[in-house]
Amino acid sequence: MTALLELEDVEARYGPVHVLHGISLAVEEGSVVAVLGPNGAGKTTTLRAVSGTVRRAGSIRLAGRPLDRLGPAAVARLGVAHVPEGRGTFSELTVWENLRLGAYTRRGSIQPELDRVFTYFPWLSDRRRQQAGTLSGGEQQMLALARAFVHRPRLLLLDEPSLGLAPVLVAELFRIVRELNEEEGLTVLVVEQNAHLALQAANAGYVLEAGRVVLSGSSEELRADDSVRRSYLGY
Amino acid sequence: MSAQTSAIAGLRARGWTIDSSAATVVLLLLAAAVFLLIGCLRSTNFAQLTVQGVALGAVYGSLALALVLVYRATHVINFAQGELAMLTTYIAWDLMEHGLSYWAAFAVTLAIAFALGTALEVTIIRPVQHRSVIATVIVTVGLFVLVDGVVNWIWGGDYKFMQSPFGNGSFTVGGVVISHLYVGMVAVVLASVVLVWALFRFTKLGLGMRAAALRPAAASLVGVRVDWMLAIGWGLAAVLGAVAGLMAEPSQIFLSPTLMQPILVYAFAAAVLGGLESPAGAVIGGVAIGVTLTLIVGYVPEISSELQLPFAFAVLLLILLIKPSGLFGRREVRRV
Repeated sequence: MTALLELEDVEARYGPVHVLHGISLAVEEGSVVAVLGPNGAGKTTTLRAVSGTVRRAGSIRLAGRPLDRLGPAAVARLGVAHVPEGRGTFSELTVWENLRLGAYTRRGSIQPELDRVFTYFPWLSDRRRQQAGTLSGGEQQMLALARAFVHRPRLLLLDEPSLGLAPVLVAELFRIVRELNEEEGLTVLVVEQNAHLALQAANAGYVLEAGRVVLSGSSEELRADDSVRRSYLGY
Repeated sequence: MSAQTSAIAGLRARGWTIDSSAATVVLLLLAAAVFLLIGCLRSTNFAQLTVQGVALGAVYGSLALALVLVYRATHVINFAQGELAMLTTYIAWDLMEHGLSYWAAFAVTLAIAFALGTALEVTIIRPVQHRSVIATVIVTVGLFVLVDGVVNWIWGGDYKFMQSPFGNGSFTVGGVVISHLYVGMVAVVLASVVLVWALFRFTKLGLGMRAAALRPAAASLVGVRVDWMLAIGWGLAAVLGAVAGLMAEPSQIFLSPTLMQPILVYAFAAAVLGGLESPAGAVIGGVAIGVTLTLIVGYVPEISSELQLPFAFAVLLLILLIKPSGLFGRREVRRV
């Protein structure tokens, strides 16, 4: 396995506020990697550094290609789908238009992608004319995932997918992420508060604190780690 | 109210999401249409004025739509929209002076307008856009003055004459004389509005432009080049403005640097009446303002054509006081 995404000593700031102090991490092709940590640790900013929605310094490579000078649209065009906090739903547009936007960088017909995505989210097909803002929170999160999937990304960046969702929906969501990973070979970098679920779905994880990586390893290693257990798993 | 309730129920049954205020607006428009229809059937003078009002209103609607496109894309009112339309009309006049036929000049002018609108967004709007809305508005006011000066400098302030593309003929329907000019104005404006609407509604580029205007950050994450979309939006607005200018000119007989100044005020009123964010609202608002003004000037001797402009301002003020979101102001439906 080779690393699809590599971050080396990445720093990022919002104005004068330094958020990332030299993050290094790697995401293997075909794996699910979780980023854990307390609020304000820089988890979201790490994703934003990759997608180019925050000013950053350091080396960020996608399959060897540097991303650190590219803006968000250019990064998306290289095959990175970022589902941001708040899901990035175009609530004024219809479900179908949201999916079409997901495949914005693709040329030609997107019917094969739509057919595929409807096998994972069959209910989306019936609601394609519905205004996306009228979907429930859980449905919107599913739509965000579907939108990212029709992009056919090389890398999916998923930010707090469980936020505001009922536990049943969160489990369902992670099941689908796992399925997309296993059946479609989708590589995922996921930021998640719910460490238990995240480590269940992920092959590996990184723990951030105050803008630095304090711990990393396979999911089993992290689950077995005492500090992770105490701080994030709660047993 | 029962008619309204059943109308809503009917639309809901067809899978439409509609709220009662939208239904009220639809009923209001229907009532206005019925009023106009009855008036037209009962009086040829009324019908004559209505036709004229619709034709002028189409021009106001076209410029109002240009304002709305810019507003949706960059959230500023482009005060120079009318002057840009006037400038492109002069360009068309100049092209015809150089021997181009009307429609060839028309096509070339629209292309120039697109390039001009796009270039202006990139060169003078983009640098200030992220500073503040006020800064951007001041830049558009500066652009107003600049365009005015440039046109006076190149072409002079004296009146130019431009051949009407639709001739001076007319046809009579039930005693009502309808000039070819009015039919042509409505047809050209309608065609350009429908084309722009189809572009937004059915093409990937149009979807990208809507996404960029609604949610720039989310749009860039799916790969939409937001800054290009905003520039194209300005280009399209300039094209619609150019159509408005070219269609306004023959109704004024002469081309002068003040061609679009009153029309800009009517377009403001139309855009605000339509809700500022609604393209359909801008066009309907334009026609409503055109017909209302023409009928009032025709029937109320106290309001002569000199008082049209203050009257339009009064309408603008009334809408802002009574219903600032206009007829079709965006109502977000959101569930959290």
